[in-house]
Amino acid sequence: MNESDDQKPGPPTEATDAIGRMGQSTPIDLEAVQEKLRAEPGPAMWRSLDELAGTPDFQEWLHREFPRQASEWVEPADDGVSRRAFLQLAGGSLGLAGLTACTKQPLERIVPYVRQPEEIVPGKPLYFASTHVHGGYGYGVLATSHTGRPTKIEGNPDHPASLGATDVFAQASVLDLYDPNRSQAIVNLGRIRTWGAFVNEASPLLKAQQALGGEGVRILTGTVTSPTFADQMKTILAQYPKARWHRWEPAAAHDEYRAAVAALGGPHDRIYDLTQAKVILSLGSDFLTQGPGSLRYSRDFSRGRQVRAKRPVMNRLYAVESMPTNTGTLADHRLPLPPDEVAGFALALAAALGVASGAPAAPLSPRAQQLVAAVAKDLQANPGASLVVADGYAPQAVQVLALAMNEKLGNVGKTVRYIRPVEADPVDHLRSIQELVIDLNAGKVEALFVLGGNPVYTAPADLGFAAAYQKARLRVHHGLYQDETAQLSQWHIPEAHPLETWSDARAFDGTASLVQPLIEPLYESKSAHELLGLFANQIDASAYDIVHAYWQKNLHAAGAAGGDPEAAFRKALHDGLIPGTAEPAVTAAVNGGAVAQAAASISGAKPDPQAITLLFRPDPTVYDGRYAGNPWLQELPNPMTKLVWDNALVVGPALARRLKVQIEDVVEVSIRGRKVKAAVWVQPGHADRSATLHLGYGRWSAGPVGNGRGVNAYALRTTDALWAVAGIGLKRTGDTFNLASTQNHHLLESGTDEMPTAEKEVMARRPVRTGTLPDFLKDPNLVHEKPGLPKTPETTGAEDLTLYPRYEYKGYAWGMAIDLNVCTGCSACVVACQAENNIPTVGKEQVLKQRAMHWLRIDRYFEGDPDDPQVHHQPVPCMQCENAPCELVCPVAATVHSAEGLNDMVYNRCVGTRYCSNNCPYKVRRFNFLRYSNHDVPVLKLRENPDVTVRMRGVMEKCTYCVQRINRAKIDTEVAGRTVVPGDVQTACAQACPTEAIVFGDNNNPAWESTKRKADPLNYALLEELNTRPRTTYLAKLRNPNPDLLGATPEGKRI
Amino acid sequence: MATIDERAMLPDGLPEKPYRPPVLAPGYTPGTVTDKISSVVLAKTPRWWYVAFGLSFCVMMLFLASVTWLFAKGVGIWGVNQPVGWGFAIVNFVWWIGIGHAGTLISAILLLLRQEWRTSINRFAEAMTLFAVACAGMFPVLHLGRPWLAYWLFPYPNTMGLWPQFRSPLIWDVFAVSTYATVSLLFWYVGLIPDLATLRDRAKNRVSQIFYGFFSMGWRGSASHWHNYEAAYLLLAGLATPLVVSVHTVVSFDFAIGIVPGWHSTIFPPYFVAGAIYDGFAMVLTLTIPLRAAFGLQDFITTRHLQNMAKVMLATGLIVVYGYGIEIFFSAYSANRYEQFMILNRITGPYHLHWILLIVCNAIVPQLLWFRKVRTNPVPLWIVCMFVNVGMWLERFVIVITSLHRDFLPSSWGMYRGTIFDWGTFIGTIGLFLTLLFLFIRFLPMISIAEMRALTPGSRGEGMETPE
Amino acid sequence: MSIHIEERPILYGLMAEFDTPEDLIRAVERVRATGFRQVEAYTPYPIEEVSHALGLHHSWMSLLVLIGGILGGTGGYLLQYWVNLYAYPMNVGGRPMHSWPAFIVPTFECTILMAALFAVFGMFALNGLPQPYHPVFNVPRFAEASRAHFFLVIKAADPRFDRQATEKLLSDLNPSEVAEVEV
Repeated sequence: MNESDDQKPGPPTEATDAIGRMGQSTPIDLEAVQEKLRAEPGPAMWRSLDELAGTPDFQEWLHREFPRQASEWVEPADDGVSRRAFLQLAGGSLGLAGLTACTKQPLERIVPYVRQPEEIVPGKPLYFASTHVHGGYGYGVLATSHTGRPTKIEGNPDHPASLGATDVFAQASVLDLYDPNRSQAIVNLGRIRTWGAFVNEASPLLKAQQALGGEGVRILTGTVTSPTFADQMKTILAQYPKARWHRWEPAAAHDEYRAAVAALGGPHDRIYDLTQAKVILSLGSDFLTQGPGSLRYSRDFSRGRQVRAKRPVMNRLYAVESMPTNTGTLADHRLPLPPDEVAGFALALAAALGVASGAPAAPLSPRAQQLVAAVAKDLQANPGASLVVADGYAPQAVQVLALAMNEKLGNVGKTVRYIRPVEADPVDHLRSIQELVIDLNAGKVEALFVLGGNPVYTAPADLGFAAAYQKARLRVHHGLYQDETAQLSQWHIPEAHPLETWSDARAFDGTASLVQPLIEPLYESKSAHELLGLFANQIDASAYDIVHAYWQKNLHAAGAAGGDPEAAFRKALHDGLIPGTAEPAVTAAVNGGAVAQAAASISGAKPDPQAITLLFRPDPTVYDGRYAGNPWLQELPNPMTKLVWDNALVVGPALARRLKVQIEDVVEVSIRGRKVKAAVWVQPGHADRSATLHLGYGRWSAGPVGNGRGVNAYALRTTDALWAVAGIGLKRTGDTFNLASTQNHHLLESGTDEMPTAEKEVMARRPVRTGTLPDFLKDPNLVHEKPGLPKTPETTGAEDLTLYPRYEYKGYAWGMAIDLNVCTGCSACVVACQAENNIPTVGKEQVLKQRAMHWLRIDRYFEGDPDDPQVHHQPVPCMQCENAPCELVCPVAATVHSAEGLNDMVYNRCVGTRYCSNNCPYKVRRFNFLRYSNHDVPVLKLRENPDVTVRMRGVMEKCTYCVQRINRAKIDTEVAGRTVVPGDVQTACAQACPTEAIVFGDNNNPAWESTKRKADPLNYALLEELNTRPRTTYLAKLRNPNPDLLGATPEGKRI
Repeated sequence: MATIDERAMLPDGLPEKPYRPPVLAPGYTPGTVTDKISSVVLAKTPRWWYVAFGLSFCVMMLFLASVTWLFAKGVGIWGVNQPVGWGFAIVNFVWWIGIGHAGTLISAILLLLRQEWRTSINRFAEAMTLFAVACAGMFPVLHLGRPWLAYWLFPYPNTMGLWPQFRSPLIWDVFAVSTYATVSLLFWYVGLIPDLATLRDRAKNRVSQIFYGFFSMGWRGSASHWHNYEAAYLLLAGLATPLVVSVHTVVSFDFAIGIVPGWHSTIFPPYFVAGAIYDGFAMVLTLTIPLRAAFGLQDFITTRHLQNMAKVMLATGLIVVYGYGIEIFFSAYSANRYEQFMILNRITGPYHLHWILLIVCNAIVPQLLWFRKVRTNPVPLWIVCMFVNVGMWLERFVIVITSLHRDFLPSSWGMYRGTIFDWGTFIGTIGLFLTLLFLFIRFLPMISIAEMRALTPGSRGEGMETPE
Repeated sequence: MSIHIEERPILYGLMAEFDTPEDLIRAVERVRATGFRQVEAYTPYPIEEVSHALGLHHSWMSLLVLIGGILGGTGGYLLQYWVNLYAYPMNVGGRPMHSWPAFIVPTFECTILMAALFAVFGMFALNGLPQPYHPVFNVPRFAEASRAHFFLVIKAADPRFDRQATEKLLSDLNPSEVAEVEV
């Protein structure tokens, strides 16, 4: 890794770059130079006119002479006068200055403080509002900066798409910033070149194209919502009228767009208001954990589902799906159906609701029919308070029917509203990339700029994109990594990480917010805005200039604080969103023709009862493959399969039985001549006659972390079947492949059919206690063995069995309450914990040895029939037992109790007997069997949270309730002369949780939500019979079954 | 002779047989006894000794290699994981400690019980104890994540102001094992002093004269020496007796104090002690049977000895089997779901083979010892002993691993498998054990000469009796 | 008289060697009866009658061991008490600071350890070991004392000791040999 880039002196004078461009006509333009010098605040030093002019020749020379310093000269000039920028930069340098102590001294001179800037107090983090962009859509985040180093991402409570919550991708994005495998220099055919050199090659070509109206110019991006970017594109397309802007977002919900165009006459987005929805039907949709609005939807949904004795109301969720989704696991009634039958179900329901005519080609199973009737009745009973959510990846027809049903049920404007598309200049991505390939093959493309995205890897297999791509004369790739596409491009321009540069984006509801940097770019990199500057003859314009300029113009339009636009801009930066940018609802009516057509297409399709349908879905952790290089996400267990480091062909038990395949058997999946070999994973609850393969694996240019993990689903994915393909062939190869799963893997591994044993025990031990709303209303204590008082450790018989008097905890008594009723298993808490507590990743081999390090794990239990089980998620952090079995057996007092009831772990006292882990009934302790934390890569040290010890080999570690946060809160409040009250402190997991399932607080203070929950009869302690008196307790999981289905269906009995 | 027969009541008090093989073949005088035993040490080293010692030494090098890699990389090279935090290391620790017990039992308890037949085997058994404890003692240190900090387990004043956590069974272990090692060493050494004096007086070359002279500390065998000596020796025996019971009791606390189903059991202390003696005697026989042949010591270690040891094995073995039974009964009777599942899992779970093998080795095969033919015939007896050695190792494996691998929350269940480094370390300690043993039999009298003299006819020696 | 006075310093005593324990026991009894008190017998293994004949009855060992045991036990317990209640009190698993049942085991082990140490080193002390040199070693035959023969030494320090008379007395006890023991 290139140390020189860690320590950067101050931002280069604008002169160097600016003139760099002008000086390209090699004779130096003296007027321009002098003019720039005048514009220069303060004296500018320069060695020679060439240097001052920054001619390409000089820069080339510079590279030859001082390759390491070169970057300093071609650095994009930042807002040189902004105090914040200076502070971030200086702060960064300070942080690094500190670090040099623990590594070998770098060769470069670092920038010390001349005066201690008042804002940066070492050890006291600063928070900056910014935006996390995922799949084009953004949501507000607060980035934590420790002496200039971004170390953690939290949600922005003021932002409507976040409300303070985050998802796994935002949590993990901070690791990408410091990823040593990120591309670090502009590369031209494998040689490191300069920005200047690139400009030299590109500009003349563009000039030539400008004359031709840019007919040979193509720009390929993913989904774009950035207003600034869109604005830039507009001007560019004005300059190059014949140029084309193509879009390809591999995991965008393409059919959502089509359905809207077909049924609503325009590409309207749908926004759901789940606070209003009493009855919700999900047709295969995972709206709680997927899609740009998922965080908000999770919060709203959970608000309608947090049942308490005082508030015993909850919404009802039906899920009809093939692959079990996180949303489906919360469903009160879930029916696994193969994709074609899901469509049939939709049609039958539409018919029952009277929005469409016709019946599914294949008659539905009795159970499905019963469910259709019940759901229809339930929906009709709640007009305007019901909602039908179709999966964005579902066939267009299903989505059209969903639109029609919602309209019929009077939900439009209530639980669902239409808005103008948030995506800038929305297009059908599939058609867009098809057109591009046609042009490429026709040799029409002179210059193709790929901004973000990795089409060589993600484009549909039948397009032959890789081959076509190389027909473009100039291929420029702009991205964070030298990925597959970069390999086939002549130029690769490193993309600046969102934490390094300026930009903006819009959220699912249209709310715009700004992306602001916390640190100078670690490596020589450009933002997309700066790259587009190339076209608009603003090569010197920094991302800040462009974004700032745009909003200067538009803030008023956005109706932001009148008067001074600069003030409004600063306010927008501070608040993390631009007020008044949310899209207003528009009215649109579903056109009957489209509905009829949809109905016909479903009733017309004659499904082959033997055909197996393969579903493609974005991976819950590495998404479409863009995060394959991120070890945190690679090692984050898939919420359903608990698989890490690989994907697998997920099939249901029924199909596995028929194919006589077991877990880890390698099968050959073939579709029309396309073949891949994939290991099988048997997933209880997966529908028969279908299999799921997650995208994003099998990459070959994703760096050491991502390369060769899993199988490449894109190799099977064709333009006519982006999300589901029927009639695949599955052939056993006889080989097996080791899949690493963090839960129960070993059980299946041991050959003998062990799963039932485990499941039997789960049923008997009831780690997750369940009930139904009606039963709860009858007997509030139904989740406790003994009727009567809620069975908290105080009232268990076990309490009397001890000889010892109990400790009294005066002052603070930290505790946690986890509401299992709303845990979706999204795993944001797991990554948040990993980021907050410097938890190392251990790699697949170690996971196979059952040595995963996550302090907070999410246990997943199945209940009932393997073909159609109920799935429960149970986050398990340290229980912080008051009678901690682990402490008793530690021979060196390395784990003892704090006065506030925390089960403290003293790393530097631990000798590593592992007795505590053996004696922990919850098995929440983690041991450094080998040296897991990485001391070798300096840049990774920048990421570590300075408030948390980095553990060495041979030391036990565990959840501490983020004690560093508690102590900071205590210090701050003591300084303020008060005590810690709700809102002062949150654990990382609780802060990230989108559904408020995890809450943290002080058991001695009734003001905290956690304390309120602990008083609720649903509250229970895990393994409380052991009288460990856990501080972490759970609220039992309740279902709200439809009375019509109770008892009658197998589900009814499964409570 | 009469006196001998009268003294020779068997420990298990079986009715007298018409003929009872003596503890010492007839025709020996103190002088001949002395010459015979000391010649083993003073005579020229036999060639086979070099071979045996060389082999054991090579095996010990395997231990060295494994441990070097262990210190370089960390305990991760072993099979331990979540949830099975303890693996071979602890299994081996308990196994070795158990083996030690026979020595102390023979030298202390049988002494108090006036069992003369112990005389010819106690020295050797005590040495075996020492070496077994040496092997055992290393494992708790090796299995630490940070072995270089092992000294933190000892109570010593330090700048951190920190002390061991006395509630932890591991600290109890530290006290129990170190006390056990110290007392065994002293007991063994005190027993050796008169013999060292003998060797001092009979050694020919200067080096061994100095060596034995130094360690015999100027012993002269004067009546007043003997007077205090016997008192001290007897008191040591008295102290070692509760010790031999306590050590394995404390070791069993490592498990019994834990809350893991399959560990948390009140039967453990007696059941562990019995198991230890069982295994210990098996190991004594495993070693003495070949050695007495090698050195032609059949006159001193007679079939009578083999018989009695076999009988002790049979008795303790039956206690162990009772332990297995009671464990199953407890789990059924407890109506405790975790206990019940634990037993079920032990017998039918993924490690059921280990359990079956353990029952075969510890419960079924040793029943052969009911037959006098087997007890008196070295070869079958030796084979039975090997079964018991293996069986007792398996017992500890089953207790440690099968209890841990599936405890309370099914979500964190796991499997355990020893790696080559686990095996390397284990087999390596066997090498260490044999190496020490061969050094011992070469340089020290493996049978107590002084005590044997007292057994010679007409010696008027009171064996090791107390002065009234 | 003066001659004796001169001889005494160079003479430690006279040593008689016997082949059987019976001879030795008889000899000891005779010598003691004659009134000699500075007498020591050497045997290759402990023989009770000999110590009886020499009038050795009481031994301090038991008392020593008792003291050791008490010291070890109280010391062990007090250490734990002090550590947990004064030196560094900590809440360990919600157990009380004074968890006496847990302190029993180390206390027991300390008791045994100290008692054993007192037993062994007490025995060394009472026997004056280690003692690399002793006059009896000057007699070459004495090597037999650690094999099969039995020796009786009358020290010159005994007031009744008389070079010739004593030698005469010993020779009458049918020793296999009588020798002078030089200092």
